[in-house]
Amino acid sequence: MKDNQLLEMIESYLSGEMPAGERAQFDALRKKDATIDTKIAEHKHFTGLLKQYNERLSLQNRLDEIHEEIDVHTLKDDLMAHPSWVVQMWRHHHSKISVAASIAIFAILLTLYFTGDLSNRDPRFLQLKQDVERLKKEQPALGNKLNDIIKSNKTGPTISAKFRGTGFALTGNGYIVTNYHVVNGADSVYVQNAEGESFRTKVIYTEPQYDVAILEINDPAFKNLGTVPYSFKKAKSDLGENVYTLGFPGDDLKFGPGALTAGTGFHGDTTEYEMYIPVNPGNSGGPVMDEKGNVIGVITGKQTQTSGVAFAVKSNYLLKAIQSIPADSLSKSLNLSTKNTLASLSRTQQIKKLRNYVFMVKVYNQ
Amino acid sequence: MNNQLNVEMPTDSEVIIGILNNSDSVLKKLYLAYFPMVLQLVINNNGDEDEAKDIYQEAIIVLYNKVKRGDFELSSKLKTYIYSICRRLWLKRLKQLNRYGGDIKDFQEYLPVEDEVEKHEERDMQLNKMSDALKLLGEPCKTIMEDFYMHNRSMQEICERFGYTNADNAKTQKYKCLQRLKKLFFQQ
Repeated sequence: MKDNQLLEMIESYLSGEMPAGERAQFDALRKKDATIDTKIAEHKHFTGLLKQYNERLSLQNRLDEIHEEIDVHTLKDDLMAHPSWVVQMWRHHHSKISVAASIAIFAILLTLYFTGDLSNRDPRFLQLKQDVERLKKEQPALGNKLNDIIKSNKTGPTISAKFRGTGFALTGNGYIVTNYHVVNGADSVYVQNAEGESFRTKVIYTEPQYDVAILEINDPAFKNLGTVPYSFKKAKSDLGENVYTLGFPGDDLKFGPGALTAGTGFHGDTTEYEMYIPVNPGNSGGPVMDEKGNVIGVITGKQTQTSGVAFAVKSNYLLKAIQSIPADSLSKSLNLSTKNTLASLSRTQQIKKLRNYVFMVKVYNQ
Repeated sequence: MNNQLNVEMPTDSEVIIGILNNSDSVLKKLYLAYFPMVLQLVINNNGDEDEAKDIYQEAIIVLYNKVKRGDFELSSKLKTYIYSICRRLWLKRLKQLNRYGGDIKDFQEYLPVEDEVEKHEERDMQLNKMSDALKLLGEPCKTIMEDFYMHNRSMQEICERFGYTNADNAKTQKYKCLQRLKKLFFQQ
């Protein structure tokens, strides 16, 4: 029997189309010949697989058709667990994120440290205390100076001052006002007038809050200055007002003209004025005068980022500080002048009168 | 939320009876009812919507065959069964793709279905082999095989379709084709 004939018989046998007579014959053959039996089973299995494959294909097509009807995009948006995004991100990358954050924090701290932002002192603000160059060590120079001083028979210190500022007289009997930051930490404080004469002083009161210090000249060589020609303004001054200052940024008295630019000082400090005025280290503690010769403030500092901008503590805070001086700190009376004899004078004449009342403040410490 | 999430949920016994009766409408209801659940599982575990579709359809086929064979017992909710199959399939797929991150984010409870997925995959492999063999077979054999064994067309119809003048020629041709198909299938 040929294979293809056998196949035909198997197919008709399996499909049940075989006539009953042939079927009995085939059954008998099947019993007799095991190979035929295996062939039947194999064929059944293989065609069964083809049928299953067909079923799978048609089911898949049905499912695809159904799937077409779903708006997967909208559904996807709805089902996406959005908050878990962050969580997943963290889960998968937490070690990297931690390292990055540590580096960032470290870098910020380092930057702050080197820019000085970590210290309380604001780098944009410079107090006008002058750091005088260290005493030069050359023996001959020092010796010459010493000799000069001895020869000239002047009173005063024999070593150079470490810090310098400016101060001005509150009264004729030797009360001087300067900045707290000028005399802070001083061992001894001297003032020197425009003629170059130095007088020993004592710090009798400080008000760090307003950056104000009151000195009293207690040097026997000091003679009364006479009534001060200016008065102290109690009211606030107006923006745009012409002002000027006198001070000792160097060895000579220097005049600085300017104008009042703001009613508040550095970082909105209400105790200060902001001014457009040229000042240098050494101007600290100098008086700020208005055109009529009233003291409206005391120079305290300048902004380093904007050239020409300086700050001055307002005169009414100066007056407050004076009022707070304990009575037993005063060995003489401290009566402020209420009469202003400068008002009618021109500026040059005002300055001529003022120069006797403005002092260089020299500070010594070890 | 999308209205597709609010599709009518068929009862579990409705689905079983529907599958046994080849009901298109029940199949559709079933499909629409649980697709969002599987989409959610896949897209929230490093997959996309096309992968979700593949996984889901495979799971439906597993269920379908199981019901057809008559050995499906409703020991759990249908929903849990489908979710478990999909979860298992997706885990395997993730591992194959090397995208498995160590844990899977679950949205449902699930059953252990490893054995069933295993069996399904064996069957699937056989059918894929068949698919490949048919592709390699070439015409006219492929169509003759499909017509006769898959679509149950009679030899008469096939004769007419291919213009064979006598039935014996067609039978011989069919026999040759089948032998070739078997050869291709078992060679793989």
